[in-house]
Amino acid sequence: MIHTNTSGIPSLEAVDLQCTRGERTLFNGLGFRLRGGELLRIGGANGSGKTSLLRIACGLLEPTSGEVRWGGESIRKLQEEFWSRLVYIGHSNALKDDLTAAENLRIACTLAGFSVREEQIGEALRRLGFAGCENLPARVLSQGQRRRMALARLALSDAFPLWILDEPFAALDTSAVECVQDLIAEHVSRGAAVILTTHHEARISAAATLRIDLEGS
Amino acid sequence: MLAALRCVIHRDLLLAARRMSDVLTVLLFFVIVVSLFPLGIGPDPALLRTIAPGVVWVAALLASMLALNRMFASDHADGTLEQMLLGATPLGMTVAAKVFAHWLISGLPLVLISPVLALQFDLPQELIGVLAISLALGTPVLSLIGAIGAALTLGLRGGGALLSLLVLPLYVPVLIIGAGAAEAAASGLGGQAQILLLGGLLVFAAVFAPWAAAVALRISVE
Repeated sequence: MIHTNTSGIPSLEAVDLQCTRGERTLFNGLGFRLRGGELLRIGGANGSGKTSLLRIACGLLEPTSGEVRWGGESIRKLQEEFWSRLVYIGHSNALKDDLTAAENLRIACTLAGFSVREEQIGEALRRLGFAGCENLPARVLSQGQRRRMALARLALSDAFPLWILDEPFAALDTSAVECVQDLIAEHVSRGAAVILTTHHEARISAAATLRIDLEGS
Repeated sequence: MLAALRCVIHRDLLLAARRMSDVLTVLLFFVIVVSLFPLGIGPDPALLRTIAPGVVWVAALLASMLALNRMFASDHADGTLEQMLLGATPLGMTVAAKVFAHWLISGLPLVLISPVLALQFDLPQELIGVLAISLALGTPVLSLIGAIGAALTLGLRGGGALLSLLVLPLYVPVLIIGAGAAEAAASGLGGQAQILLLGGLLVFAAVFAPWAAAVALRISVE
């Protein structure tokens, strides 16, 4: 099951990260090293800094001190070179209310730098349980359906060696949770690295699972 | 990369087409402001001819400011902006595409309708041409400068008022040169100098503004 070609994927390294929001220090001296084929799960109470850590890891937020490295180079320096290898799905679904599921998905993929064919989009949406709603505007969909739509991008992103997912299972029903867990497990077994935050005790079969629990203060 | 830029422009136009009211508000505002002047001032052709370029330009400036808030706000609210920041395309290019789309939606309609509005002021034909050309070169500059302000004030409470304060001083030179083009042409000097200046401003803004707005966006999103 587990591919051994993990050496081709650079490792993501966090060195001595500190994050201060306002007056509060969320975490201090935090570090990890994530190689291809590994899953990093970040736990912790609400407000303990999970999202901040993810935003630092993908370069949206600058840490108060410390740095994140991709293949040994600071992501601040790599910029687009790093971002073109990364899939980040945040709290917000990045969907346009006035566009349909298929249009939203195509735009997300094009922005990420790859083009997709019509049938690939249909397949990705079907996989996330979207058959029949491809042409409905996002406005009329429920919260869970919108989350599925955002996550459908994962089904098309197997070429990206790093996924960073913020609460991917929020608002999903059990069948969708299973589907997303499968997507993540498949991706890790392909030798890619995945970081996620979750409150669920998600069952993802990965060769190596790292865990960071943020304590909050 | 070109595919991503085309996609951004196409998406913004598609969104505008599905929500025409936003486009029409700006256009209607422009038409109303310009049309009220001849009614308020009275039918004195000489006076109307004198004030026409200034009135049309001021109205265009206010109308384009009205649309500025929306340039990044909705993308910021729904998280698309984060995806653009993390996209494979350099952010400056994405911003340039967004500004271009924004101008197509909120600037170009003003340029196209300005000759019709200028008729109310009894402007001679060649002056109408000069006015339209000055607007065609000037309104993209307004959108480009406005993009920096919109990026800086993104997500702030009361950002709208701050945005006007930020961009107005930068709009003033464009207004003076732009309105000056038709005035110079009317006085027989020819408006070439002003048109060339506007062209220069446009090139300058097109090179630097998207880059500055991109830097501002990264700060705002943190």
